[in-house]
Amino acid sequence: MINADDLRLDGNAVGGLLGEIFGREMSTVRVVCAGCAAVKPIAALMVHRHGMGTILRCEGCDEMIMCITLIYGKYRLSCSGLYALELNAETH
Amino acid sequence: MQQLKWQIGTVAEKIKETDVAYSIGIQLPEWTRHKAGQQVDVRLTAEDGYQAQRSYSIASPPEDKRVWLTVERLEDGEVSTYLTDELRVGDLLELRGPIGGYFIWNGNGNEANAPLFLVAGGSGVVPLMAMIRHRAKNGIKTPAKLLYSAKTPDDIIYRDELDSLQKTGDGFEVIYALTREQPENWTGYKRRIDRSMLEETIYKPAEKPDIFLCGPTPLVESVADLLQQSGHAPDKIKTERFGPTGG
Repeated sequence: MINADDLRLDGNAVGGLLGEIFGREMSTVRVVCAGCAAVKPIAALMVHRHGMGTILRCEGCDEMIMCITLIYGKYRLSCSGLYALELNAETH
Repeated sequence: MQQLKWQIGTVAEKIKETDVAYSIGIQLPEWTRHKAGQQVDVRLTAEDGYQAQRSYSIASPPEDKRVWLTVERLEDGEVSTYLTDELRVGDLLELRGPIGGYFIWNGNGNEANAPLFLVAGGSGVVPLMAMIRHRAKNGIKTPAKLLYSAKTPDDIIYRDELDSLQKTGDGFEVIYALTREQPENWTGYKRRIDRSMLEETIYKPAEKPDIFLCGPTPLVESVADLLQQSGHAPDKIKTERFGPTGG
């Protein structure tokens, strides 16, 4: 039997979606988790994708960093577990 | 990075790699040279407008004119079954890319001075193959090893190419671990990747290898944990997971 945790992807899989929303390469952007203060690149977050949307979670404490849904042509990002984003200025 | 745009490519070639994996060579109207390890999003649209989208790793090195994907057929996968079973040369395919800046290896700068250690589970070998081909095409002398876990000998993707690259003697080595079925006289590993296998194959932590792991989520996470316990720095270990279903 397949464990639901085995179906997790990681942040590499949402590079296209985040690139579309933010207009830049996002997998190397670092996030600070509001739950445990861990600093990780987006590529290293856990990703669950369902028909309803995409959820990015912290690998360390399972905090929901970002939830992305597409409803009637609008992306909605809920970021309750995101304390900060760190982006390199020179890559703009 | 440029704004990612969906574009329509033409399937120029399709090659059967294993019973369930096919390589698809795509000619694209606008392509920004990719980096080894990057991926594309593929989008299929049904007549009623329903869309399904998946990410696939690029198998070809940046030097190739065509973009090659290698797709494994997953039972009930709504995108992978179309790409492996239905898609024909001459068909059109909608995709966007290249995508990703984390799981990439350029083989220059600091990367040229550190050995490269790659671990693949099943079709997780695809982005690693882009790195191996990039290294070979550019004559990069950085030592490189691929530890490749597959169920049976028939499941090994790119086997002829990997074996012939190893024979060139340019510092590339491939080590297979067959977990379910081995041919007679098999001298490779006959089990899943474990701590002792990693310690026998990987470069010493003092050599500071660049490590890339790609495969099913449980394999990637267990290998990453074992390598950290063996003293490899977390920031030298790059991971890319895919679930066993969903394609």
